Amino acid sequence: MSSVRERRRRKARMDAVRFVAALAITVVFLFPVYWLFMTAFKSPEEIFSNPPTWFPSRIHWVNFRDLAEDGDLRSIWNSVVIASVSTVLAMLLGTMAAYSLARFRTGGEKLAVWAISVRMVPPIVLAFPLFLMFASLGLVDTYEALIAIYVTINLPYVIWMMRGFIEDIPRELEDSALIDGCSRWQALVRVVFPMARTGLVATAVFAFVYAFNEFAFAIVMTRLEVVTFPVQITHHFQPMSTFWGRIGAMSIFGCLPVFFMIIAMNRFLVRGLSGGALKG
Amino acid sequence: MLVADRAPRRVGAWRLRSELFADRHFKHVLLLPALLFLLVLGTLPVVYNLVLSFQDVTMQAENHAFSGLLNYRRLAGDARFWGAWQHTFLITGIALPIQLVLGLALAAFFLGDVPGKRIFIALLVLPTVISPIVAGASWRLMFDNQFGPVNHMIGWFTSSPPLILWTTDPAFVYPAIIILEVWAHTPFVFLLLLAALTQIDRGVLDAAEIDGASAWTKFRRVMLPAIRPVLMTVVLIRFVDLMRLFDFVYALTQGGPGTRSETISLYTYVLGFQQFATSYTGAVAFVSIAFMSVVLLVMLRRAAIGR
Repeated sequence: MSSVRERRRRKARMDAVRFVAALAITVVFLFPVYWLFMTAFKSPEEIFSNPPTWFPSRIHWVNFRDLAEDGDLRSIWNSVVIASVSTVLAMLLGTMAAYSLARFRTGGEKLAVWAISVRMVPPIVLAFPLFLMFASLGLVDTYEALIAIYVTINLPYVIWMMRGFIEDIPRELEDSALIDGCSRWQALVRVVFPMARTGLVATAVFAFVYAFNEFAFAIVMTRLEVVTFPVQITHHFQPMSTFWGRIGAMSIFGCLPVFFMIIAMNRFLVRGLSGGALKG
Repeated sequence: MLVADRAPRRVGAWRLRSELFADRHFKHVLLLPALLFLLVLGTLPVVYNLVLSFQDVTMQAENHAFSGLLNYRRLAGDARFWGAWQHTFLITGIALPIQLVLGLALAAFFLGDVPGKRIFIALLVLPTVISPIVAGASWRLMFDNQFGPVNHMIGWFTSSPPLILWTTDPAFVYPAIIILEVWAHTPFVFLLLLAALTQIDRGVLDAAEIDGASAWTKFRRVMLPAIRPVLMTVVLIRFVDLMRLFDFVYALTQGGPGTRSETISLYTYVLGFQQFATSYTGAVAFVSIAFMSVVLLVMLRRAAIGR
């Protein structure tokens, strides 16, 4: 009896130690983000105080009010528009292509590898000729240019992810739909898409987050009109910058939605982060 | 095929024919739009870039005549170009092993019973999924020499807070960039390896324990071999990503002081978009593409990609 109680007590002690260690690790990893977010609620004196102000004395909303100036809010809106439209397009075209690859082995493995090679090119390297191409068409600093680029970069990702998800759907379901008189297209829309629903949502979330966070293409392809929020943040990086409060406020808007979307996709985290290379 | 069995609908002949075409060439029609995007905006720019690199287009003169290896010959004597590669390899060579070891250690730790495990893991995702520029901004603020908490915290252990200029002192820009990179991607490594560790058959581990294996032996002889394929994939993903490091350096040091921390991606950006050395940028960019292609080939040879 006593040995059971002893073992239980030791287990409880180990759990407590592990809990404290996990808490410490998490605090270390979250502190920099906490620090940036907190500047949003601080007064300028608190932001620039030495020693640092760990908690603002009271919550200052002034930084959020200032977001309406200089296009900060506009840049977040631009990011939402560009990421949303490019994600919808990439999902539509990518899933169609993935279905073709998964069911008909179109182009064999070579085609899938060529697709992924487009995503392997360093963004700045691809951005340079793309910039020249779009500049000659007068399309620099337009929604169209960035949307087209993000569709292209997300396509290989969507194709690889969705190919995996579609391969998991039993073929018999489509076959019976075809026998029941559905056309190929109807089978795709009425059987395959609904069956791949969770995969579609998970892939779309990761594609959206990529486009929403992206910086290298955005800094090259935007000037004034369609500046996205990561680019806008870097515009505020000046020596002796007084904009830290606003950078903090923009970061809150730019991070929290992304964070909760990813957390909701918990089950597909490994598959999503590894670009479909690992199934988790 | 089955198309013929369908009851005829009241549609024009042309429409019927186009529908038949779409049905017969179903698999190609599905693929076509994606293919067009990838060709025109993915592969064509790379070819265009290659063509440019054999011309002599500069800010002053648009000379589109073939000029041989002019730009590639220039690479040999460009100290800034070689420096940028060196910096890129240096950061990769230090940051990658650190994030691997830390990520693996974290994964091993969270494999055990930790109360509230799921919440901790969810929170740890944050550094990896936020925009790299936001991550960079966080650390730019953390490292500030006047009001940043990093110097202040170091002061807790020394007599007084040191005055380290993290983002401008040549001795500290690398530690700063590497800390940011390790912080941002250790959680990435951790999540992927934790998933792999979780899938190891408990029975195998129990058997090893019964046979009297120590924790270290169990880790070295059972767990590590089991997660090797995943580990390789993680290394490759991180390697490819680190070799094109751009946003973190842009946010933290902009390649400075001088060109001390300039990576190859940053140098390509400066050449193309600040110095407008069009054809020469083409050559520099093409070297990166060639390098990445070799990496991709080795990767495929090793069959580290997915299936």
